[in-house]
Amino acid sequence: MTRILLSSVAAAAVLVSAQGAVAQTEIQWWHAMGGNLGEVVNDLAAGFNKSQSEYKVNPVYKGSYTETLTAAIAAFRAKQAPHIVQVFEVGTANMMAAKGAVYPVYQLMADAKEPFDPKSYIGPVYGYYSTTDGKLLSMPFNSSTPVLYWNKELLSKAGLDPNKPPKTWPELGEMAKKAVAAGAKCGFTPQWQTWTMIENYGAWHNLPYATKQNGFGGTDIELKFNDAPRVKFIQMLADWSKDKTFVYGGREGKSTALFTAGDCAFHIASSATASAIDKALGSDKFGMAMMPYSPDVAPKPQNSIIGGATLWVLQGRPAAEYKGVAKFLNYLASTPVQAKWHQETGYVPVTLAAAEVTAKDGFYKKFPGREIAVEELTLNPPTDNSKGLRIGNFVQIRDIVDSELENVWSGKKDAKTALDDAVKAGNEQLKRFEAANK
Amino acid sequence: MEKRVTFHERWLPYLLVAPQMIITLVFFFWPSGQAIYQSVLIEDAFGGNSKFVFLDNFIHLFNDDSYFASVRLTVVFSFLVATIGLAVSLLLAVMADRVIRGATAYKAFLVWPYAVAPAVAGVLWGFLFNPSVGIVAWMLQGIGIEFNYVTNGNQALTLVVIAAVWNQISYNFLFFLAGLQSIPKSLIEAAAIDGAGPGRRFWDIIFPLLSPTGFFLLVINIIYSFFGTFGVVDALTKGGPGQATNILVYKVYNDGFRGQDLGGSSAQSVILMIVVIALTFVQFRFIERRVHY
Amino acid sequence: MVENRPFLTVLSHLVVLLGVAIIAFPVWMTFVASTHSQQTMLQSPIPLLPGPYLFENYKQVLTEGYGRVGSTAVTMTLTNSLIMALGVALGKIAISIISAFAIVYFRFPGRMYIFWAIFVTLMLPVEVRIVPTYGVVANLGMLDSYGGLIIPLIASATATFLFRQFFLSVPDELTEAARVDGASPMRFFWDILLPMSRTSIAAMFVIQFIYGWNQYLWPLLITTKESYYTVVMTVSRQANVVDSVPAWNLLMAMAMLAMLPPVLVVVFMQRQFVRGLVETEK
Repeated sequence: MTRILLSSVAAAAVLVSAQGAVAQTEIQWWHAMGGNLGEVVNDLAAGFNKSQSEYKVNPVYKGSYTETLTAAIAAFRAKQAPHIVQVFEVGTANMMAAKGAVYPVYQLMADAKEPFDPKSYIGPVYGYYSTTDGKLLSMPFNSSTPVLYWNKELLSKAGLDPNKPPKTWPELGEMAKKAVAAGAKCGFTPQWQTWTMIENYGAWHNLPYATKQNGFGGTDIELKFNDAPRVKFIQMLADWSKDKTFVYGGREGKSTALFTAGDCAFHIASSATASAIDKALGSDKFGMAMMPYSPDVAPKPQNSIIGGATLWVLQGRPAAEYKGVAKFLNYLASTPVQAKWHQETGYVPVTLAAAEVTAKDGFYKKFPGREIAVEELTLNPPTDNSKGLRIGNFVQIRDIVDSELENVWSGKKDAKTALDDAVKAGNEQLKRFEAANK
Repeated sequence: MEKRVTFHERWLPYLLVAPQMIITLVFFFWPSGQAIYQSVLIEDAFGGNSKFVFLDNFIHLFNDDSYFASVRLTVVFSFLVATIGLAVSLLLAVMADRVIRGATAYKAFLVWPYAVAPAVAGVLWGFLFNPSVGIVAWMLQGIGIEFNYVTNGNQALTLVVIAAVWNQISYNFLFFLAGLQSIPKSLIEAAAIDGAGPGRRFWDIIFPLLSPTGFFLLVINIIYSFFGTFGVVDALTKGGPGQATNILVYKVYNDGFRGQDLGGSSAQSVILMIVVIALTFVQFRFIERRVHY
Repeated sequence: MVENRPFLTVLSHLVVLLGVAIIAFPVWMTFVASTHSQQTMLQSPIPLLPGPYLFENYKQVLTEGYGRVGSTAVTMTLTNSLIMALGVALGKIAISIISAFAIVYFRFPGRMYIFWAIFVTLMLPVEVRIVPTYGVVANLGMLDSYGGLIIPLIASATATFLFRQFFLSVPDELTEAARVDGASPMRFFWDILLPMSRTSIAAMFVIQFIYGWNQYLWPLLITTKESYYTVVMTVSRQANVVDSVPAWNLLMAMAMLAMLPPVLVVVFMQRQFVRGLVETEK
């Protein structure tokens, strides 16, 4: 008798737990974080899944940003969209314009009646992805900003103080020249040149990239990055390339190889590249500081803008599932999770609280330089020129800029012609975007 | 090309082509139709907000200087890849065919490149020629050649051609070798007995008998140089520096996938498709006449 | 060889050796890269000779996979790749050879249109039609399945074209003889044509196997379940990581493993290439 009772209780227990398992809603999250970044992503999802039993987030690594976006588009068109997809920041304008496909975050939070406080987010991080009246469209996830790295050994070899980075561009030029004279293969090389040398140079010096607040105010805009300061800056770099004070290392992140190989004295790169550089050079062999500025353009730097990617929520799933999505997004933005993400990856935390907690934990003392990114972003309240960029067909425009800059580095064009041509071709792209999204 | 002797059956031929036709209809024509239809639309990537713009996308291309630059580049590129690829692999196949000892090992080694996935191959070549850490770049610098494919457009094009040809050599080699192996020994022996030296034997017997395979490879290589070289460009130069390696198929992918301009990308692929069909048609019409079946 | 010309033989060996050296060099570098630590691979210039980490790297890749992400057990991805590659190769050969047979050996209305319809599949690159193809596959419920991985890739004309070329070069006398003997077309196909096509079939098998094996974009798009991931897909996407540096040594180790089966296929198929095994000399 007891045995039958016990086994029926056991059976009932199994049934009940099976029921619970069946009722768990799965949330698909497609992302482009590979390697060690992907491991942290998996940890974040696992943490959420453990903290509650109603929803289960399933992170799927879908390749590069391009491949992930293509997969999401294909899936959406076939009515099989994932709930959350990670899209690079240059896709923001295009994503925004995708009528009926995107579920804006502010609306999601309101519909799901989940708490949401815009003020807790770091200004430029939040601002890049919201409308002009402050409504958040996509969830900032992995943002970074360019910082200055330098190779301490190469500086010592040139007779310079290895712990004193240049504050201005003229200073950097001098130091780089000295490093090359002392045997370095290259003085300075930039990563993601469009982002660091054109877009961020503009924001850092409070110069506009495009009209209508860099595109936040509408789609009938024109590009403005061929202004005199930037022409002068690019021409200076071109002149530097003659004696290897400046070396072009390739598009996107290719030039980092020059720095990690120990060939270059200075490198301007994403703050998220810190862990890779650390692995290659060793933490005591390199330094991190704020980007230099040009004193003849601005008396002091303004603030930098972000790069990276965000999480967009896609339409097309049953309504009930979106509550889980909202809960997950809030989980991701919670202080301990953001602190963990920031510390383990080098991306900027999206909330002020997470940055403060990290500082209080002594993390920045242990890894000096990691707080630089946050400092750059919060240096000053953002102006119209430094809130971020909202440019349609931005991928093509960046390619055009890349290509024209390469014409300068290879000596085919001078800086003024190249930038003017880039603006001309870029404006064509903007017109197409406007036409496609009227 | 026609056979003089054929079979006469009513239903059998249709039955035989049916499996391929069905799969082709469902998995090629249907999706391709949709893809081509996009060339007359402007829409956002997700499909909402779709507008019919008739030939606007095409007109925009014809007014675009960089598109024509890409066309010229692609012609040069394809010519180089196809001719170098075919010539080198034919040479290797003929030499390998003569060799009896070590033949299996040679064949295995020469087919390895094809086994390397294009994405990985691009990465490998980037490694070797990387201006900073690359072995070959280093060796070139040793003999005084300043190699930097990141700023020098011609060097970039050379590198991409080398990588593309490398990937394709094994493919061509394999088929040339198969073709050579199926030429009856008796024919060659007969010619030798008649006093023909290796050179004569090659041009008068082997080459003509190899021509069906050669024609096949010519068509396939041209198609490959237009379409299949995308992976190599993407891994090595992404179309740069400047526009030096921005071949047409790469533009298609770049505009469609990264840029999400599906309408423009479709229009480009329609044009590409027409060009390649025309090229192939020309080959069938004029070159196939000289093929010896 | 027909006559003994030692000079030409030596020359042949030299040319082939040189060809092998140049062609195999990148593969050699892959192997070298897979035997070092990640640090070494980030420095300039990368070494030409293997390093000491061969055992560790391969052990890690085989047991733990490449880190924890994309670390589906290599055995599972290898199996999936094998199924996919075999499916594509065998499927393509099967449907193409009978199509080519029909087109060459029969006169029926619409014959040339069908040939061009099949042939035109080569004229539109995969990348262009991949999004709508995904749609079709999704609508047929074939996502995350072997069928979805294999069948859309069979829709291509290379094999048909190759077999057409071969069949056109087969002498008419053979067909005459078969007809005179009263053999049905299928009899002719099975008993005479098929055995003769051995070398073409073998070559096509190798090519299509490798083609199916090396597929990257398509498996990436249509699979979300790890149980369907293929090995090349997991390797390739690790080469494109954003904001971090790939562990080149581990990646190259995986690439070497991924290359092994295709090479084995080639070696195994060698026997089919050897002259003299062909039963009927033309």
